[in-house]
Amino acid sequence: MSLWEYANPARFMRLTERMLPVLGALAVLTVLMGVIWGFFFTPDDYKQGSTAKILYIHVPSATMAVSAWFMMLAGSLIWLVRRHHVSALAAKAAAPVGMVLTLIGLVTGAIWGQPMWGTWWAWDPRLTSFLILFLFYLGYIALWEAIEDPDTAADLTSVLCIVGSVFAVLSRYAVNFWNQGLHQGASLSLDEKENVSDVFWIPLVIAIVGFGLMFATLVLVRTRTEIRLRRASALMSRQRRA
Amino acid sequence: MKALLIRDLTLAFRAGGGFGLALAFFLLVAVIVPLGVGPLTEILGRIAPGILWVGALLACLLSLDRMFALDYEDGSLDLLATSPMPMEGVVGVKALAHWLVTGLPLTALSPLLGLMLNLPGPGYPWLILSLLLGTPALSIIGAFGAALVVGVKRGGLLLSLLVLPLYLPTLIFGAEVVRRGALGLPVQTPLLLLAAITAGSLGLLPYAAAAAIRICLR
Amino acid sequence: MSDPQNWRAHRLVAENLSVARGGLAVLEGIDLNLASGAALVLRGVNGIGKTSLLRTLAGLQPPFVGVLQVPPEDLTYAGHADGLKSVLSVQENLSFWAQVAGQTGTGRAMAAMDLTTLAHRRAADLSAGQKRRLGLARLLVTGRWLWLLDEPTVSLDSASAALFVSVLRAHLGQGGSAVIASHIDLGLPEAEVMELTRYRALHDAPSRGGFDEAFT
Repeated sequence: MSLWEYANPARFMRLTERMLPVLGALAVLTVLMGVIWGFFFTPDDYKQGSTAKILYIHVPSATMAVSAWFMMLAGSLIWLVRRHHVSALAAKAAAPVGMVLTLIGLVTGAIWGQPMWGTWWAWDPRLTSFLILFLFYLGYIALWEAIEDPDTAADLTSVLCIVGSVFAVLSRYAVNFWNQGLHQGASLSLDEKENVSDVFWIPLVIAIVGFGLMFATLVLVRTRTEIRLRRASALMSRQRRA
Repeated sequence: MKALLIRDLTLAFRAGGGFGLALAFFLLVAVIVPLGVGPLTEILGRIAPGILWVGALLACLLSLDRMFALDYEDGSLDLLATSPMPMEGVVGVKALAHWLVTGLPLTALSPLLGLMLNLPGPGYPWLILSLLLGTPALSIIGAFGAALVVGVKRGGLLLSLLVLPLYLPTLIFGAEVVRRGALGLPVQTPLLLLAAITAGSLGLLPYAAAAAIRICLR
Repeated sequence: MSDPQNWRAHRLVAENLSVARGGLAVLEGIDLNLASGAALVLRGVNGIGKTSLLRTLAGLQPPFVGVLQVPPEDLTYAGHADGLKSVLSVQENLSFWAQVAGQTGTGRAMAAMDLTTLAHRRAADLSAGQKRRLGLARLLVTGRWLWLLDEPTVSLDSASAALFVSVLRAHLGQGGSAVIASHIDLGLPEAEVMELTRYRALHDAPSRGGFDEAFT
């Protein structure tokens, strides 16, 4: 049985109905575990004190905010190539979740930045790129809302998502070029020397996994809602014509 | 193709075509900013590259919603879509016409506004060159945005929301060229990147825009 | 480029065609076989899908189901809107569309639709009927084999409608063809009439990709 069979809305609904309770419970558990471990069972940073613990929300949400856009890009490409409705609706469903994660990343960054850099906001390249990412989410969601016919909206938002991705990457480099910035380097990288120490690292990874599971849960719930909305409108337009 | 270009230019220059509006808007930006920021010449001189680029960008944005919407409303776009002319060509010609009636005059007007904003002397050639290189990208990116909202009634605000984020790399590199030029620093890197964005946009976006229009007409 | 010499070999063929509006099939099971020199009149109540069918034949929207064969780039479509620019004159509007179609000369078309005296008037100053005549004159300057016409006689008086029918007949006589959606009698007895009510899509018909099946 091919993976594509889950692109059938009915099969997708049946599968996710069984999957969601488990996935949701797992997501809540992992997020709680990562955040509580990070908040209460790690030592204070020698320079930053306890303020650094916002890391356990800031980094996972920022990571997922970017991943959400990649997921939407994948969904858009699948829709344009294979015309699977579930894929287009999943991209639509992911956008508000991604936007909120971007917002959480920005707000927690501001709260962290205040004691650390002495300012709520700086036009630092990472902050600026996230603000730009937020604008891309806003445009994408606005385009979905503006177009009535669902298939046309799916097509146009997919085209926007692909072109937008290219320009988002361009913006990222442009912004780096434009200002060198205050923000510290990556919190996680494969290069061991760059990494934060293990004490902080393990709960952070758990929190990121938790946010990932939470993202998946929310997207599945929202995709199910979108499918039901499509079903309702299909039924209503049939009834009108009958 | 030539007929479409001539028609679009004729329409722009006839009564109600909107030629000059973008220029007037650009001029207004250059007047408004000193009134808001204060008349200190050193401050104005320092922010002039940014103001001029932001002003040019907003002026370009202003006239985008007419690019396809008018042809959509009067049925011309349907007829062009069924004509032998490829939609990519239609998009390219429309963007070219938009550039000829906005981007090019804006570039020509920019040294005068630079003077008003006290742009330092070495910045002028880079101002003209960066706008000359960057405004075609603004027109073609704008054409893509306009194509996305062609079927949306009163899509003007939505269009700004979609197009402005796409304009950011062009703006950053364009303004950087002028800023560095005005300070006498080397401008090669941002200039090449600006040229690359314009070339890439001109090469690829007509296809995306044409696809969007075909979807809207369906 | 379109040449009336080649028109005799042209044919419009559709097999088991379904057309959709807003993602749902409105007409289905349509078979068409239109030869050179023939005209087809589409009949049906408002909302039956005449415009959707014409737009599908014009290639503006893909067939929902079925196969459609049209000689490439040899058709022209005239919808509800005439594609006129109000600040351009009659002559300018026509010569623009002629150039787009790769043709030259607008004099014959203007004479045929009785527009010669209006040649230099701006389209904004034309009456609704005159605009329509200009829109129909555009069909002549494009020099295409197949005319797809959506309610061509709307806002024409009876004399102008008769003028149009004579132009259409001349087009058919040259080997041209036409598909016309119209709810009035055009006075074109040689045209075949297709009653679209017979092809109305059933509400529980399965559609593309099993999508609606899964959704309803």
